Amino acid sequence: MSNRIGVYVCHCGTNIASMVDCKAVAEYAATLPGVALSRDYKYMCSDPGQTLIQQDIKEHKLDRIIVSACSPLLHEHTFRNATRQGGINEFFFQMVNIREHDAWVHTDRAKATEKAKDLIRAAVHRVPFHKPLEKKTVPIKPDVLIVGGGIAGIHAALTLANAGKKVYLVERDATIGGHMAKFDKTFPTLDCAACILTPKMSTVKTHPNITMWTYSDVTKVEGFVGNYKVTVRRNPRYIIEELCVGCSECVEACVFKEPKFPDEFNLGLGKRKPVFLPFPQATPLVAVIDPETCIQLKTGKCKKTCVEACGDRKAIDFSQKAEEKEIEVGTIILSTGFKIFDAKRIPYYGYGTYSNVFTALDIERLVNASGPTGGELVLRNGQKPKSVAIVHCVGSRDENTNKYCSRVCCMYSLKLAHLVKERTGAEVYNFYIDMRTPGKGFEEFYSKVSGEGVHMIRGKVADVFLENPADKSGRMIVQAEDTLLNIMRKVPVDMVVLGVGLEAQADANDVRRQFNISCSTEGWFLERHPKLAPVNTFTDGIFLAGCCQGPKDIPDTVAQAGAAAAEALALIDAGSVELEPNTAFVVEQECSGCKTCIPMCPYTAISRNEDKKIAVINEALCKGCGTCVAACPSGAIKQNLFEDDEIFEEINGVLAHV
Amino acid sequence: MSEPTNTFEPRIVAFFCNWCTYTAADLAGVSRMKYAPNIRVVRLMCSGRLDPQFVMAAFAKGADGVLIGGCHPGDCHYVEGNYKALRRVTLLKRMLADLGIEEDRFRLEWISASEGDKVKHVVNEMVEKIRALGPLDMPGKHTHWDKEMEELEAHVNHSQKEIPAHAH
Repeated sequence: MSNRIGVYVCHCGTNIASMVDCKAVAEYAATLPGVALSRDYKYMCSDPGQTLIQQDIKEHKLDRIIVSACSPLLHEHTFRNATRQGGINEFFFQMVNIREHDAWVHTDRAKATEKAKDLIRAAVHRVPFHKPLEKKTVPIKPDVLIVGGGIAGIHAALTLANAGKKVYLVERDATIGGHMAKFDKTFPTLDCAACILTPKMSTVKTHPNITMWTYSDVTKVEGFVGNYKVTVRRNPRYIIEELCVGCSECVEACVFKEPKFPDEFNLGLGKRKPVFLPFPQATPLVAVIDPETCIQLKTGKCKKTCVEACGDRKAIDFSQKAEEKEIEVGTIILSTGFKIFDAKRIPYYGYGTYSNVFTALDIERLVNASGPTGGELVLRNGQKPKSVAIVHCVGSRDENTNKYCSRVCCMYSLKLAHLVKERTGAEVYNFYIDMRTPGKGFEEFYSKVSGEGVHMIRGKVADVFLENPADKSGRMIVQAEDTLLNIMRKVPVDMVVLGVGLEAQADANDVRRQFNISCSTEGWFLERHPKLAPVNTFTDGIFLAGCCQGPKDIPDTVAQAGAAAAEALALIDAGSVELEPNTAFVVEQECSGCKTCIPMCPYTAISRNEDKKIAVINEALCKGCGTCVAACPSGAIKQNLFEDDEIFEEINGVLAHV
Repeated sequence: MSEPTNTFEPRIVAFFCNWCTYTAADLAGVSRMKYAPNIRVVRLMCSGRLDPQFVMAAFAKGADGVLIGGCHPGDCHYVEGNYKALRRVTLLKRMLADLGIEEDRFRLEWISASEGDKVKHVVNEMVEKIRALGPLDMPGKHTHWDKEMEELEAHVNHSQKEIPAHAH
């Protein structure tokens, strides 16, 4: 072997250097066979660091480069570029992770230094076997799929559509708008949520570049960055969307004279008929028929007064079936949102047992002019409450439920305190653990609400119980330890509002698997890097926006949706994307044609050439997992970047004694 | 307790898949979790790339333990590579047992990208168990076995030379 290897040991400021003796490691590397040059440097990823590599390649005629620094998932790309710009093939590069896998996780400097040496030795053994490779370029289809039509999906869709890209917006509910459409006011500006959201919703509906599919689910996702093939199921709403004008005449004409069934949009606080419009500003403004409650759909024996009322429009179609649509898109944005914490999981707060315990979202509907009470905040008996307790951190910052802070509850609880006070004049008690108001204008809002006479009590509510145990709809006592006054407080109230936290959607795991991305332990979709790639996922071409990635407020959601749209645009406008060349190939002379590999491939990339009686791998379908390589009994299949020789040498190198 | 075990530092070679376990180990780093410095990670794209020969090579070259990390069942970035790994590992375990390599020296764990703490626990636990077992030292055993073979051969050769003498 006559390689000229260059080894670079990065200090990463003090991140690595404080636990690994970088100078000693570089000196050690210089003694290894094939190493022509070895240096340690403060910041390898900086411009001077990269220039150093490029100059050394030229001056010292280096033909292999090893950088031992952070994780390859962070900077492999950076150093491959530097290697290429130095004038040699970028795959003559190998990265060694001595930060995440070494300096940051160990406490013994001598042992961490030893480990760095071992890892670099493995790379020095490996690189002579590296082969020059070319990245494969594939075109990016210009259309974008957005899953979830809340404010995140809406904003991303409009941004892309305004840039001239064709967008498919898929929403599983009958209307877009998401949670934001349910809110009355938004903190801290007290903007009316509907006034800022509904114009955007109608723009989505009328935008020539947006295809909006509500009441629809994504059922299948295939392909890879730039070339996704997605199947969307359009569920039957038993109304022909193109023919319905949203006049509500069918609703009025329904054989059910009075609304009888819990209204989902109002969280069951109001009632609806089997045929209904989700809410007055629903987009699309098209009725839906619920097959579970419609007499015609259940029994086929209804007078069908709705059809009569619809008349010549003929928009009602009881025979409608689910329809599958297949689309081809280059990029995907997931904006599937969140669900609120189920308050019944904390039984001592009485939700679902005491009739005047509500969640914050219930109250949003009750104070909303388009809500079930027309904006009247009343108890179940129709009377106005005289005293209201608002409990913060329900299902957040709690070892027994969710450990994380849901970020929005303090602020919306303050907003609700203001609204309750404004609408009812009731005494309002906010029970909080810590008041978290880190946002533009948030602390000022807290001061304003405090100044309005809302009682702020620092203490986690330990119990909510009935004043008269026999009367489940009567007054309740809220008990908490006031940690500022060091006394036990028992506050009698008419109404309790639970500031419920945010949780990942119940089917987040299924969605994650469908799109081949990862989740955090709490179920939120995992970003590629918390700081440097906050809207990217580990699957190229799939981006995140809004609360599906973690709890956040509306401004942050919109900002993130814009970022996701920009990332998608960057890919689309580049026109093509480079793929890792880590695909597998068959060495023809060595293949015995045994067919062991064929069922190994989940992408059916391997077939048998019947003339030659050997296996053939379709490079376009191969995603580079290497499962067939490991299975081949004759070693006839090889994987670029992960050839057997390379891995065996890495093993030899890491274990070769010092 | 014999003296050597006190200074014995197990050498563990790990094969982690790029998408779940390698990322989890990165997360452990970013979260500044602390674990035993005895593990050396070789990155593979998928646990399905794990050729049983990698494990044999690691033991043969002096590893005291081998750890395989892959995505949880159903979560594989490449759909089902981890199931393939599981089958190979199951077979390999029996073979290693026949070779007299203790069960605790070879471990397969499903560690998702968010489970940095699991990397920490698994590595620490494995190091402790192997520390208790003591060195495997396959290279040393090989040298010893080679020597025995040589002696045996020499003995056989010697006997063969003698046989013709008696025949005459």
